[in-house]
Amino acid sequence: MKLRQASRTLIRTAWQAVPTVIGVILLNFILMQLIPGDAADVVAAESGSATAESMAQLRTHFGLDLPVLQQLGAYLNNLAHFSLGVSPRYNMPVVALIGARLGNTLLLMVTALTFALAIGIAAGTVMSTRVGRWQDRTLSVLALLLYSTPGFWLGLMAIVLFSVHLGWLPTGGSETIGAGYAGWAHVVDVALHLVLPALAMAGFYIAIFSRLTRAAMLEVARQDFVRTAEAKGLHPWTVNLRHILRNALIPVTTVAGMHFGTLLGGAVVVETVFSWPGLGRLAFDSVAGRDYTVLLGVLLMSSMLVIVANMLVDLLHAWLDPRIQVR
Amino acid sequence: MSTPLSSDSALASPPVPRSEPALTATAAAKVGAGARPVSSRHAALRAFLRNPAAVAGVLLLAFMLVLALAAPLLYPGDPLDMVAPPLLWPGHDAAFPLGSDSLGRDVIAGIAHGARVSLAVGVVAAVLSLLIGVLVGASAGYFGGRIDDALVRITELFQTMPSFLFVIVVVAIGQPSVPVIVLAIGLASWPVIARLVRAEFRALRETEFVLAARSQGFSHARIIFQEMLPNALPPVIVTTSVLVASAILIESALSFLGMGDPNAVSWGSMIGQGRELLRTAWYLTALPGAAIVLTVLALNLVGDGLNDAFNPRLRGRH
Repeated sequence: MKLRQASRTLIRTAWQAVPTVIGVILLNFILMQLIPGDAADVVAAESGSATAESMAQLRTHFGLDLPVLQQLGAYLNNLAHFSLGVSPRYNMPVVALIGARLGNTLLLMVTALTFALAIGIAAGTVMSTRVGRWQDRTLSVLALLLYSTPGFWLGLMAIVLFSVHLGWLPTGGSETIGAGYAGWAHVVDVALHLVLPALAMAGFYIAIFSRLTRAAMLEVARQDFVRTAEAKGLHPWTVNLRHILRNALIPVTTVAGMHFGTLLGGAVVVETVFSWPGLGRLAFDSVAGRDYTVLLGVLLMSSMLVIVANMLVDLLHAWLDPRIQVR
Repeated sequence: MSTPLSSDSALASPPVPRSEPALTATAAAKVGAGARPVSSRHAALRAFLRNPAAVAGVLLLAFMLVLALAAPLLYPGDPLDMVAPPLLWPGHDAAFPLGSDSLGRDVIAGIAHGARVSLAVGVVAAVLSLLIGVLVGASAGYFGGRIDDALVRITELFQTMPSFLFVIVVVAIGQPSVPVIVLAIGLASWPVIARLVRAEFRALRETEFVLAARSQGFSHARIIFQEMLPNALPPVIVTTSVLVASAILIESALSFLGMGDPNAVSWGSMIGQGRELLRTAWYLTALPGAAIVLTVLALNLVGDGLNDAFNPRLRGRH
């Protein structure tokens, strides 16, 4: 029964995502057309020299001399075969390039999101139960500071403190190169490399989630069922956690889903700071190398990731609050 | 980066209500007179000025603005010129209070000139996204129906794409110059405003004063811009300060990555160059970053203050 409901929600949200997917693909194609120069120029530049005849031949080969509509058809056909083109720089299919990096970025994002949610919700709960007192004021100021700090700068300052001065954590990379760790030692090694970039990425979202949790809990705390729970003589913490926090979590998950894309964008800078071999770093390298096929492939793939994340949030909502189902 | 990117932060507090029922009533009474609820605005202003955090934000912002405007007078000449001995630590030479970088460029001159770029990009990009957002949101909310459906789809599309990646793509396709960067940030940040304005307009559409304006045969443009927009403004004003803050953060991240305007010194590019000497001369990274944090903090303080002032319900809850 539960499973059937879940699959119904999934099908409904998937259906709603179709126009967005089409829009993202079209926009990608338009951006591709706007790029100065084309793939033939890139190949010619890579090889060092090209005659006008060979350029024309290349254009025919890539289908660049076709009318725009036919090019769009070819692009869609490629996509239908899960092909995002070939990177002239790496001479590798873009899908393979992205696939090699995707896991690292997802690991970083999920860790950062977990940090942000755990710390943010905990801080927000403390703030709302101590509203107006020094705990609330101190945490509010801290949250506002974090909210105003660029993640990449936070990361750089964390490197200065924790890596350069204290020497506790590595400065970058995703594992100790050449150490050849295996099994548990490898996991610990990666985890140590993960701490600073994940925290740098999480900083801004810790601020958002704590402020949001505080506001939502204060809002819920004024409702009748909370007064009933208190009147029943429940322990204040039971009321806070079971009755108030649980209901306050719905807006928090909504916002967490909304910020998935922002988090992905932020990965570009944080991955660059920490030389983390992920999608963001790939996007940055492809800008430097003027490798537009890869860049647009990353944009398309990450938009799809956001769509999937939004669908998961919808499922989570249906689970947190079954009434959302009935619409 | 936090990229801040794009923080949509009206979220920090529950959705900003339009100025309350009382206001709609006065507005209804004043049909055709532009319907501006003056007294309520004054109350909001007074509440804003009584809020010490908001006033601190305004002062901090004013300081940054003066620094930006006075930069050519205080530190004449190109901030990219080598004027000092290289790698001078802050506080060692009174002539260069914030020290110098590896090429002997004066850090404080860079920060002052960088303020010009950061603030200009932030403000102009925010204005651009305001324009797009208000146009899209107002048309969607006012006309409804198919226009609404189409515009909502487009808004969702732009919200789906990771905005910082989109900015990078636009800047990579164009070129790293201030106008292209402004355009890219503006194109990436309007959905927040559009959603906000659309929600306001949908609520306002059914009110009596709009009905009265319609029955008088006013044109759509007049109803939208003269009757409805002024009433939808408070939450938009609140969000604008956040929009400027997020534009400044995006610009700093871009120029940190080396995708900023190569001919202009900006806080982000100073951090990017300072990063290479992070181990030995970390002040080169710390100082411009602190300038960003202070400016964005000031904008957020102002935004929070405005939010509280326009939201009488929330007053006294802090």
